[in-house]
Amino acid sequence: MAEKIIVLAEVQNGALRKNTPQLVDVARRLKSNAESRIILVLAGPKIESVATEAAGLPVDQVVRLEHDQAWQGTSEEILETLHAARQELEGDILVLGNTSLGKEIGPCLAQRWGWGMISDVIRLEDHQGKPTFIRPCYAGKVFDEIEMLQPQFVLTVRSNAFPPAENDGRQAEILERVIALPKDALKTSLVEVVERPTGKVELTEADVIVSGGMGVKGPEGFEFLKPLAEVLGAAIGSSRAAVLAGFIHPSHQVGQTGKTVSPSLYIACGISGAIQHKAGMSTSKCIVAINKDPDAPIFEFADYGIVGDLFEVVPHLTEEFRKILQS
Amino acid sequence: MKVVVLVKQTFATEARIELDESGEIISSRVKKVVNPYDEFAVEEAIQLVERKQAEKAAVLSLGNTETQEGLRQCLAMGVDEAVLIDESGMGGADSSITAELLAAALKKIGFDLILSGYVAVDDNAAQVPMRVAEILGIPHVNVVSRLEVQENSVKAWREADGRTEVLATQLPCLVTADKSLNKPRYPTLPNIMKAKKKPLATYTPADLGVDLKSPGCRVVRHFLPAGRAGAHLFDGTPSEAAAALVSALRNEAKVV
Ligand SMILES: Cc1cc2nc3c(=O)[nH]c(=O)nc-3n(C[C@H](O)[C@H](O)[C@H](O)COP(=O)(O)OP(=O)(O)OC[C@H]3O[C@@H](n4cnc5c(N)ncnc54)[C@H](O)[C@@H]3O)c2cc1C
Ligand SMILES: Nc1ncnc2c1ncn2[C@@H]1O[C@H](COP(=O)(O)O)[C@@H](O)[C@H]1O
Repeated sequence: MAEKIIVLAEVQNGALRKNTPQLVDVARRLKSNAESRIILVLAGPKIESVATEAAGLPVDQVVRLEHDQAWQGTSEEILETLHAARQELEGDILVLGNTSLGKEIGPCLAQRWGWGMISDVIRLEDHQGKPTFIRPCYAGKVFDEIEMLQPQFVLTVRSNAFPPAENDGRQAEILERVIALPKDALKTSLVEVVERPTGKVELTEADVIVSGGMGVKGPEGFEFLKPLAEVLGAAIGSSRAAVLAGFIHPSHQVGQTGKTVSPSLYIACGISGAIQHKAGMSTSKCIVAINKDPDAPIFEFADYGIVGDLFEVVPHLTEEFRKILQS
Repeated sequence: MKVVVLVKQTFATEARIELDESGEIISSRVKKVVNPYDEFAVEEAIQLVERKQAEKAAVLSLGNTETQEGLRQCLAMGVDEAVLIDESGMGGADSSITAELLAAALKKIGFDLILSGYVAVDDNAAQVPMRVAEILGIPHVNVVSRLEVQENSVKAWREADGRTEVLATQLPCLVTADKSLNKPRYPTLPNIMKAKKKPLATYTPADLGVDLKSPGCRVVRHFLPAGRAGAHLFDGTPSEAAAALVSALRNEAKVV
């Protein structure tokens, strides 16, 4: 069977969200034969330029969806628009990011359409010739390999777990569709949006994260980490203890009750490495720990470490990174 | 107004996970707790009753006899009644089957507002609540960090990626809790005693008349992630250690 794989691309701050090429990579791996098609769907108003960028990705078609009511920008609108476009799109597999949006609309569509669903996929494998999906459970302490028994299903994919698909030099065709929504389809209204100055890089998508814990001692400690983060173009993460102590906004918290991140490089400064913290960052490709306690648990799962006072070590690190990155 | 909270009994977050010879997760020795996110939902429900915005708060769980313990804890925190759907003998339920059973029970016991955690820390699926809302045909707000309940509607603050959204929708609806919703209380001893007399009803899937579908996916195997060998430590002065570390990140790990 030649399946049709729908990838939903998210638009963030007027640009294609960084995980989009990663989702396309997953879709390419899922193609069972040369006839399989990948459709990249964009939903929302005023996204012409984003659509052109998206069409450069190795997909067969880009479909731009709008609906016929006033856009507010809620996830419910994207949910209802995709649902209403179901016949037209005729997909078999829906690939979403494991983002706020994906976590919300994935299970809704799976339930409505009677499809299967696997959330937070980090790897694809093969079991007796059938694709299987690897996902972390129990806060990353166990991984499950899952086989899909239904032909049609939804996946949500963890950011940074797959490499980005490279542009292939061709531009895919762009279709535009305005979807008529049933009158009573939208039940939720957006009262207000508070954009948060979380720094330029969104934590869950950052390629590098500099994270601070109780060892940074106070809100000034996070200011102290900033030059290092800036040199690396990194997002700032934190432990829960640092959030509870009021050092930093909760949106920076990494861990079981915070965000799950999977950067190439995670630098933990003054973080002990509690199991609940590890839960949110253990799939990072490379973990560095700076801690003055040689017995801190973080050294058991970090790849590299320096035993020392972060206030002494971090400025040297910043300097060394600056040397290599600016040469 | 009646608030019903969906609660799941899960492994304690600090529990070590081990596999037996056949590759199954050993659960018998592990301490069980109410899923941490569900505790936020329970606390919110109790506060709604305390503020007289709701008449009654109930908890609902799909589980087995062991789950009664978690439900008793919720009763001791202050909810008025508990309902258990006993799935013993069903051999486990996936997100879709769980949602069908919970939705059927919700219809039976009645609700105006459904609260739940947004994700269970054991299966990490974050699917059940959205599926329940779909089956019941009611609106939802997912991953909420602050909630205001009005006469016929709710206003909910949620952390979407990079921004906070304030959303409004009509009752009946379903709202899932994020960690910053509130600070769950501990049951006091007198309330633990009182909880023993509060009603805890048990249904079987058959009582709910749900036609159970076969699961949509199958776990081929569980496996433990490959352990990291332990950190390579760099000694010397802070400046020497930093230089050696950055060189390793560039030349060995190739991440910068
Ligand atoms: C249900 C539940 C959920 C949780 N969820 C999360 C979560 O999502 N995320 C999370 O992070 N935690 C979570 N926790 C909390 C977790 O158990 C730990 O308490 C927390 O991670 C500790 O934070 P920390 O490492 O910053 O603080 P600490 O454990 O106090 O560690 C501070 C570290 O800094 C080091 N240090 C101190 N001074 C210096 C210095 N000058 N230079 C270098 N090193 C220094 C110390 O040696 C120590 O190792 C959760 C707990 C529970 C029960
Ligand atoms: N067996 C269950 N019984 C009651 N509620 C559940 C059950 N499974 C999941 N839930 C609810 O759904 C939320 C998300 O669970 P999950 O989809 O498994 O990640 C949990 O926090 C619970 O509130």
